[in-house]
Amino acid sequence: MTDDRHININGKKIRRVDIATHWQLMWWQFRKNKMAMISAGILGIFLIISLFAEFIAPYSPGTRNPGYLAAPPMRVHFFDDRGKFHLRPFIYGSVQKRDPVTLRLNYVDDTSKRIPVRVLTRGESYKLWGLFKSDVHLFGVDEGMINLFGTDKLGRDLFTRIMYATRISISVGAIGVIFAFIIGIIMGGIAGYFGGIADELIMRLMEFIRSIPTLPLWMALAAALPRDWPPLRVYLVIIVILSGIGWTTLGRRVRSKLFSLREEDFVLSARLAGCSNARIILRHMLPSFMSYIIVDLTVSFPYIILAETSLSFLGLGLREPVVSWGVLLYAAQNVPALAQMPWLLITGLFVVIAILAFNFMGDGLRDAADPLAK
Amino acid sequence: MFSLIVRRIISALTTLFLISIVAFILIQLPPGDFVDAYASKKSQGGVIITKEQLDAMRIQMGLDKPLYQQYLKWIGGVLRGNLGYSWEYHRPVSEVIGERISITLILAFSTLLFTYVLAISIGIYSAVRQYSIGDHIATVLGYIGLAMPGFLFALILLYLGQKWFGMSVGGLFSPEFVDVPWSWAKFMDMIKHLWVPVLVLGMAGTAFQLRTMRATLLDELNKMYVTAARAGGVPEFRLLMKYPVRMAINPIVATLGWELSKIVSGAPIVGLVLSLPSTGPLFIQALLDQDMYLAGAMILFYCTMVVIGTFISDILLMIIDPRMRFKRSS
Repeated sequence: MTDDRHININGKKIRRVDIATHWQLMWWQFRKNKMAMISAGILGIFLIISLFAEFIAPYSPGTRNPGYLAAPPMRVHFFDDRGKFHLRPFIYGSVQKRDPVTLRLNYVDDTSKRIPVRVLTRGESYKLWGLFKSDVHLFGVDEGMINLFGTDKLGRDLFTRIMYATRISISVGAIGVIFAFIIGIIMGGIAGYFGGIADELIMRLMEFIRSIPTLPLWMALAAALPRDWPPLRVYLVIIVILSGIGWTTLGRRVRSKLFSLREEDFVLSARLAGCSNARIILRHMLPSFMSYIIVDLTVSFPYIILAETSLSFLGLGLREPVVSWGVLLYAAQNVPALAQMPWLLITGLFVVIAILAFNFMGDGLRDAADPLAK
Repeated sequence: MFSLIVRRIISALTTLFLISIVAFILIQLPPGDFVDAYASKKSQGGVIITKEQLDAMRIQMGLDKPLYQQYLKWIGGVLRGNLGYSWEYHRPVSEVIGERISITLILAFSTLLFTYVLAISIGIYSAVRQYSIGDHIATVLGYIGLAMPGFLFALILLYLGQKWFGMSVGGLFSPEFVDVPWSWAKFMDMIKHLWVPVLVLGMAGTAFQLRTMRATLLDELNKMYVTAARAGGVPEFRLLMKYPVRMAINPIVATLGWELSKIVSGAPIVGLVLSLPSTGPLFIQALLDQDMYLAGAMILFYCTMVVIGTFISDILLMIIDPRMRFKRSS
């Protein structure tokens, strides 16, 4: 095993691994996997972004920079054009220039104008989680606007919008996973605990859902939503649709584990003690394979995020004014837009990083789920 | 073995029947029907249609009948090759999707071929030369392939094609071939354009199957029979191909149906981004317009492809794995 350190109990030397709890063993196993640890850190950053989007983003997702439309990311400088070092990073002001050949508007740095970037500065006021009023942002500038990732056609700050989109996309994944967890436990629980006809029916249902190509099904369901629904309702219904199809992996796992545990003595004694069926499943059987369920949940997270991104990208999922990664990518759907504003693909980078991180963390958790295996 | 095949056919047919019901329900889900969508479109154009006219349209299209009768009428037609009428295109559905279906089929099966050839060969290489540079590269590429959604990859290719070559990598034909009938030259032109969508669609599947192939083959290579055969003097390449690879290939073949299902799933969105003349863009448009017979035919088509794929994978598994052949029939 992993940890060979000893501790003293009543003067006796005892290996820590012999008295460690299951969760401790899992943690020791998990932290050995470097990629999984790094991924957990990255996902932690994503979580912080989604919790404090208002604070991290310098503006609100609808704020426009009228003098800087469809413009590239601004560079943050430490050295000015004469090579002089400045401790406080700064950006240059920009001037619009029209290309004499293509007649396209270009933005050129105005090196005579240095705008320092300030940390923890006051800007637009917001209400964090709808509760705390504040106007302090992580960073900002006094004059004009700072657009780290550039702006879109309407001059909205892409950095700000990605921060808010991260919140929506991650929360879709999280709530979707919770729904899938509930449905999976109920369906898998019924199938695995009672067996018989219920099991047969639920297994058939799961097989059937698995055999249908999911994206066309999601698309058809999402297309059925009325166009005039408020954004929040669309958001919730989309999550329900995604988890309504995504619960099968978890259901299968719960069922097979319950099947193998059903004949165990501790289940029999719980039953003799007069526990209800729900209590036996939730209190006695579920904790013994909770670690596997956490693995399954981690692994299904990226699928739900990807599904939402795909739907919104097609214009069938979430729509403006709600911003998710898919909604942002929707603007980059055609070649002219891409050629004009390639920085819109930065959103894609966030999607890929999030999914990679979930995959690696899932791998690490899978190895850790059974710490005594080796 | 024969009884096993019959059982598979029966289960495939049952699945198809259920899918047809689901497809029909899905089409019925949107509030309002085609007549409503038609009326709102017309009224945006300034044309006012009276309620009587709308009701007349409904009766003419059979939309006033109870649902199960509409379903029976629809499925009866489908079985006779009549997929219904697309009101958006004012043509029978089979005409609208006819050519596009063949392109989707070509696309799906080339992708499947690409996926398996690449996954099996790289998988074998990665397992035999474990932890070599090539193996590490394959692993990293595999992870990225799994994590990058197909449409994003397509977008990046579009952008790079535009930036470096000043041309669009989208579409499936050169401009001069778009509206001409099929010929050898047109076919060759398509082959030239095919690699982009095949690469995009096959990437995730290749990455996934590659990992499976590598993992199972590694398990097999450590078994005693390999050592025994090697000690007996079997040439290394023949030893590899004859026993461990044959074992390791089973799980890959078994998931062929799912693989096809994933390809079919990804096809519409990639088709839209790369503006392919496949069924994808048509399907999305049909859903947005609530052109129900068209959308229904498409869902049915996608699912049928997957059911057939699963069936083929079962048969293939029986051919390559003798245990499957003898399990039930003996």
